[in-house]
Amino acid sequence: MREPTPEAIRDQAIYRSLGLTDDEYQLVVEKLGRLPNYVEAGIFGVLWSEHCSYKSSKVHLRKFPTTGPQVLQGPGENAGVVDIGGGVAVAFKMESHNHPSAVEPYQGAATGVGGILRDIFTMGARPIAFLDSLRFGPLDDARTRYLFAQVVAGIGGYGNCVGIPTVGGEVQFSPTYRQNPLVNAMCVGILPANGMVRGEAKGVGNPVFVVGARTGRDGIHGATFASAEDPEEKERSAVQVGDPFLGKLLMEACLELIGTGAVVGIQDMGAAGLTSSSAEMASRAGGGIELVLDRVPVRETGMTPYEMMLSESQERMLVVLERGKEDVAFSIFRRYGLEVADVGRVTDDGMLRLFWRGEVVAEIPVRALVDEAPVYERPVGPPLSPARASIPEPGDLAEAWLRLMRHPNIADKSWVYRQYDTMVRAQTVFGPGMDAALVKVPDLDKAVAMATDGNARYVRLNPRKGGAIAVAEAARNVAAVGAKPLAITNCLNFGNPEKPAVMRQLSDAIDGMAEACRALDTPVVSGNVSLYNESRGQDIDPTPIVGCIGVLDGIARRMPSAPRNAKGLKLVLLGREDDDLDGSLWAEMACGEPVGDAPYLDLAEERRLHDLLQQIAADAAAEAVHDVSEGGIAVAVAEMAIASGFGAAIAAPSGVRAAGWLFSEAQGRAVVAAAPEALARLLDLAERFDVPARVLGEFVDAPYVEVSFADRQIRVSLVDLEEAYRTAIPRLLRQDAVNSRATL
Amino acid sequence: MRQFDVEVKVWLKPSVFDPQGHAVHGALVSLGFEGAGEVRIGKFIQMQLEAEDEEAASRQVEEMCQKVLANPVMETYAFAIRERGQ
Amino acid sequence: MRWAVVVFPGSNCDRDAEQAIRLITGDPVDLVWHDADDLSAYDAIVLPGGFSYGDYLRAGAIARFSPVVRAVAREAERGKPVLGICNGFQILTESGLLPGALLANDHLQFRCEIAKLRVETNDSPFTRLYEPGEIIRIPVAHGEGRYHADAEVVEELRRTGRVAFRYVENPNGSVDDIAGILNARRNVLGLMPHPERAVIDWMGSEDGIRMFQSIRAHVEEGLAHA
Repeated sequence: MREPTPEAIRDQAIYRSLGLTDDEYQLVVEKLGRLPNYVEAGIFGVLWSEHCSYKSSKVHLRKFPTTGPQVLQGPGENAGVVDIGGGVAVAFKMESHNHPSAVEPYQGAATGVGGILRDIFTMGARPIAFLDSLRFGPLDDARTRYLFAQVVAGIGGYGNCVGIPTVGGEVQFSPTYRQNPLVNAMCVGILPANGMVRGEAKGVGNPVFVVGARTGRDGIHGATFASAEDPEEKERSAVQVGDPFLGKLLMEACLELIGTGAVVGIQDMGAAGLTSSSAEMASRAGGGIELVLDRVPVRETGMTPYEMMLSESQERMLVVLERGKEDVAFSIFRRYGLEVADVGRVTDDGMLRLFWRGEVVAEIPVRALVDEAPVYERPVGPPLSPARASIPEPGDLAEAWLRLMRHPNIADKSWVYRQYDTMVRAQTVFGPGMDAALVKVPDLDKAVAMATDGNARYVRLNPRKGGAIAVAEAARNVAAVGAKPLAITNCLNFGNPEKPAVMRQLSDAIDGMAEACRALDTPVVSGNVSLYNESRGQDIDPTPIVGCIGVLDGIARRMPSAPRNAKGLKLVLLGREDDDLDGSLWAEMACGEPVGDAPYLDLAEERRLHDLLQQIAADAAAEAVHDVSEGGIAVAVAEMAIASGFGAAIAAPSGVRAAGWLFSEAQGRAVVAAAPEALARLLDLAERFDVPARVLGEFVDAPYVEVSFADRQIRVSLVDLEEAYRTAIPRLLRQDAVNSRATL
Repeated sequence: MRQFDVEVKVWLKPSVFDPQGHAVHGALVSLGFEGAGEVRIGKFIQMQLEAEDEEAASRQVEEMCQKVLANPVMETYAFAIRERGQ
Repeated sequence: MRWAVVVFPGSNCDRDAEQAIRLITGDPVDLVWHDADDLSAYDAIVLPGGFSYGDYLRAGAIARFSPVVRAVAREAERGKPVLGICNGFQILTESGLLPGALLANDHLQFRCEIAKLRVETNDSPFTRLYEPGEIIRIPVAHGEGRYHADAEVVEELRRTGRVAFRYVENPNGSVDDIAGILNARRNVLGLMPHPERAVIDWMGSEDGIRMFQSIRAHVEEGLAHA
């Protein structure tokens, strides 16, 4: 294939197919002072794509708080890093792999997991856990069931093999994701607090190596595709295939190499492969880089410089070593059977320069590619004015309760997580099914708490409040297990940023998230933006996903979400009484779509609750804590009853609307199980932290959950609740004879 | 030395339950392929091989199957050998 | 006594096993790379779980050709205890040190959960501290754990008391609910469940402790007699 000439690229507007707009192409010409050739235009196309440059979101992302005494590394690196004390730091990040997963769900999800894994160990951190936040359309659709089953299999396929436990995450279902499933993968790692490695190409003359898999033609243009509309239109040929076995060897070898101190900088060749890794590493060091492409190990014959630079073959790393220490690296890579090639060196002239067959095939100022990428202040539409809705009360409360338990958002997700190895590494204290996961730090009496959250219904109804709730819920889950929330990562999954209404959602959601981060002292240290989640002109509901991490000092202080032995325990509600159904899942079920405002939220109250929950755990003043979220108090109490095998009898305060009180999703609340003798201490603590607390009732040795209102009493069989909760998802999936990878 | 293209098929022995084949059979029938009988799913292995002659090639492939490519406890195999360029 | 935990490319429960052995026995443990060809310095050998060589071709199929597996066979021949966990069990069947094979789970999914096992015999170096018939809780985590052997082999295992553990609720379709088996000499045990993941209270079970204690008691007794 002959590549088009610079003139043809201009005259026939070929740059458009490389992802550049007319204006952006003009800007490239200005920056270079000449016409770009095909390789150069391709490189600009991917690095200036939404996916790599954040050009539409950058001005808004600046609103996030990113600093704090606990932050060792904020956004801009491969992952964020926070100090958890005891000389240990945690590196973590979440990233979307939505578009690849829509096209080829197994590989899309698997490579998403592999990619985020490499982002963590390149910081010098040993990965200790994965969490996955998934969104799909309703399961009544065969294609959705296929996507769901395959994404779960792909996450397990990669994570189980590399030997990192998948300990948490969430799955939600809504018609808004029918054409645009979301797959957001988070990885958490631990490292010595003083042992961080950065993705920097420093030290003039230092050699640059490609390590790992050979470069093939897979995934070419993945980054630009990720920013284009309609997964339907994306070619299957752009799908990358993951090799978890190689990923595992690469991880072990890189961690060993980093341990020797020979590594100057290291980065995964993720989206836009060699292009983004080399340019970003040079940019961070403020220098340049030269690559001799003839030396890049290739898997296919006849690969052009353009293809080598844009390939997204998986399991490849770009490593800058300290000159003279090459042998150390070679012996380690040889032992793991990994291929390594010396492909270039660090320079100080600020240029990305590529050689091929003795000629310079590209020469671009690094600043122009990375730092001076275009930034757009896209038009932002008028703000939404959320309005309270009047929501019909269900006639039969018990039936409504069971319907909620059966809703796939609420129903038991063990069908998903029993396909994940949740315990490998033998450090999992709490795995899936708890409010937050807890993974022990080896050799210390400490655990890292982690949770993901994000409710698009709330954000759609009220972007600002909904964004704040995403942060509040994730942090509350971390506090619920007794840990101190420290920082967050996020994935901002939104629609087409060229639509002012979408930009309004993005801008407002970020405002709300930033506000919550400040109130809860959980700065943003890493993250990712996924825009253009639209199909046939229809944007997804705005879905910011938050991953929060925290620290638990003392494993004995861990607080489960349901008591081990519920006999005789009292149930206490922490937080306000609320009977407002706005924004609730029940309201959506009753009205056929999300209605009203987002639920109640007060960030100051939220913060007090989180502080209280940590104190309760530290003082062992309770046996279990479960946060009140989707489905309200009804679902929270039912889940505790099902998990403990005990019934419960609780009472609502007088003067509340029954359905509202049961199903309200007002934030800042938790249900606590406490021994009668600890009750006084618990209530006393709540008062001290200025959090409302009321004894709801108690666990009973009876096969039902009973709620008393001023004018009536309802009783739901525990067997019915459990049956609804446990069988809903398997039942929906059983419709297919087959949903495994081998057969579809 | 001569160049051969080798194709090896490996599948579960008839006595071993094949859940993949079973599931695919169910899917085929539910899609209306009522005539579909028992389905067995196996592996297909392509290989290039250099050997003296076809007999030597065949001997080597037989040994590969017995030692590595198939597990005789649960699997059976068959292969075909074709000289390159023929 | 000294323990070896063998590490293949793709092993991922090697450190878990090491950690459990150290915690329970306090003995020295070496992680031994797959190219080692002599294990005579060790008193007990553990083949850990994971995905050796990616489990490509078949689980354990490529690992069996490692030099270390020949060394394992030699030590087994000398009567030393060899414990194969999960992928280690798969390697032991692939290499012929244990009969049968492990196939894809009958439901075709990976399955991770704490499984209930019935201890079928305490006549082995691995189970002497359990009670026969005792129900213990040990995690399983595998996609290819369906034990298969032809009818005569299963009958022989049964007749000679070489089924060490059975599942109370079969998670994978294993023949005769088999979770773990012994060789004829009873010094090689392969099992799909992970005892090293059940050794501290916060893991949800401590029932794996006695397996490592059993091995230690067996070896120490032998050393005392030697």
